[in-house]
Amino acid sequence: MVTQKNTLSGWISLRKARKAVLSKTTYRGITAIIIFFICWEVSSRLNFPVVGQIPPPSSVFSAMRKIIGSPDFWGSWLVSFKRVFAGFIVAQIIGIPLGLLMGINRVFRDLTFPAIEILRPIPPLAWVPAAVIFWPTAEMSITFVTFLGAFFTVVLNIIGGAKSIDVRYIRAAHSLGSRRRDIFLRIVLPATLPSMFVGMAVGMGITWEVVVAAEMIASRSGLGFLTWQAYVAGNYPVIVIGMISIGIAGFLSSTLLRVIGRRVTPWLKVI
Amino acid sequence: MADARDGAGLDVRPTACRVATAGSLSSGKISIRNVSKVYDPDGVNVKALDDCSLEIGAGEFCVVVGPSGCGKTTLLNAIAGFHSISSGEIYLDDQLLCSEKKIAEPGADRIVVFQNGALFPWSTVLDNVISGPVVQGKMTPKEAKSAAMELLCRFGLSGISHNYPGQISSGMRRRVEIARAMMNDPKVLLLDEPFRAMDALTKSVIHKYLLDVFDLSGKTIFFITHDLEEAIFLGDRVVVSTTRPGRIKKIINVDIPRPRDFRVLSSEQYRELKVEAIGAVHEEALKAFEAGERELA
Repeated sequence: MVTQKNTLSGWISLRKARKAVLSKTTYRGITAIIIFFICWEVSSRLNFPVVGQIPPPSSVFSAMRKIIGSPDFWGSWLVSFKRVFAGFIVAQIIGIPLGLLMGINRVFRDLTFPAIEILRPIPPLAWVPAAVIFWPTAEMSITFVTFLGAFFTVVLNIIGGAKSIDVRYIRAAHSLGSRRRDIFLRIVLPATLPSMFVGMAVGMGITWEVVVAAEMIASRSGLGFLTWQAYVAGNYPVIVIGMISIGIAGFLSSTLLRVIGRRVTPWLKVI
Repeated sequence: MADARDGAGLDVRPTACRVATAGSLSSGKISIRNVSKVYDPDGVNVKALDDCSLEIGAGEFCVVVGPSGCGKTTLLNAIAGFHSISSGEIYLDDQLLCSEKKIAEPGADRIVVFQNGALFPWSTVLDNVISGPVVQGKMTPKEAKSAAMELLCRFGLSGISHNYPGQISSGMRRRVEIARAMMNDPKVLLLDEPFRAMDALTKSVIHKYLLDVFDLSGKTIFFITHDLEEAIFLGDRVVVSTTRPGRIKKIINVDIPRPRDFRVLSSEQYRELKVEAIGAVHEEALKAFEAGERELA
């Protein structure tokens, strides 16, 4: 009986997975990508203005075949990922407690918010020269700049989330006998999780933007440098490979965040 | 009446709770004495409550009806400990709850069920129900869970214990919220228009449910609504409040015997009470309506 049930539920989940993979949306998505590549190839071959300058997919693919086995190429991936995640994780470690504290403590918010609001509009890339000067190594300055990319978004989203908690939940918790600590752990923290993850997703996007630009300016490694070096060497297909790699890397990072986000906020998927 | 219910031998509280607080069965008397409340935002004095006095007996189902903005919720919030009062005193079982100088401490002896519901959306039904005893340190999560499952079973809610509030209907959510309140074995249940914005069918089901909980537990219930029919159907007494500033206009004793069900709604006695109440409520509704017109003009 039990095994029967297991096989049945296993079969159902398999069918569900197949249904999700082979859905119309997937077919449409694949079709769109194929059409995109055809348009690209055709416009490149026919030498259309502007887009005709971009190497066609066929030459990108043949360049890809050469580069895909090289450890340097994957090293660039690794270096960029390391920088992104180092900056991103430090931004979370500092930003999450700071945002929560600012969200729940009025006095602390009044004291810190103005400073953050003045620093926030400065684009992370404007920090590059200063960062190169005051951090001992180039690696640290790039990590610092990526940290800035994620930091402000996370802080602001958490403050917003904490401030918008419905007073009913706080009152209900008080009524049920909660103390300050319980209110924080059982109400404030879970209630801000969704906006925390929105902040993280946006922050992750900014982090990739920043790391690539920083690598072009101040580094001799990473996907940004790979792309820039290809430009300097006039190796146009590799420019495109670099761009696509950055796109895929960003997509993988935000997918990872989405998966974690869904795990920790299971109540959201039902609404 | 309360004694008769207590003597019935049925109890909707989990056993662990009942053992811990067996002495509290006949408690829950609320004395509201000369309570006034003035809101003073931007120097504009708005008198929400004006010299209200009301004695609510232990185990009584007391319903307050009145037009919107008549200070009903102000009174409930003062009892719950969410708001202060400007003068007067409120006592719970002869203990001073709040006065001009003292704001009541919110606590699990007076649990509020809110207008729009306040189940924590991030917790499952079971985790919501156990949250009271667990944060108070009365039970370990494990003890609380088994007590809560027992309670949910008795309330017919065991099938949804692992669902999130977002997965169940609004009627179910209210039932869970009442179960969450009962889990704390409160002296008083404070219900602030809990069934507003529910369709008539859901309402009739949940009315019956609340009546069952009341009949079995013998808790004092302080219920706010602007639905007169609901008030008479549920309450032992219906307190009609005046429009702002809120004063007690009329108290109607509803001596329809319990247990009550939908057949009450077609009885002669119910109709007579309704006629009696409508007169009082209508007058106040008109005043509130005209006051609203003036505010808009």
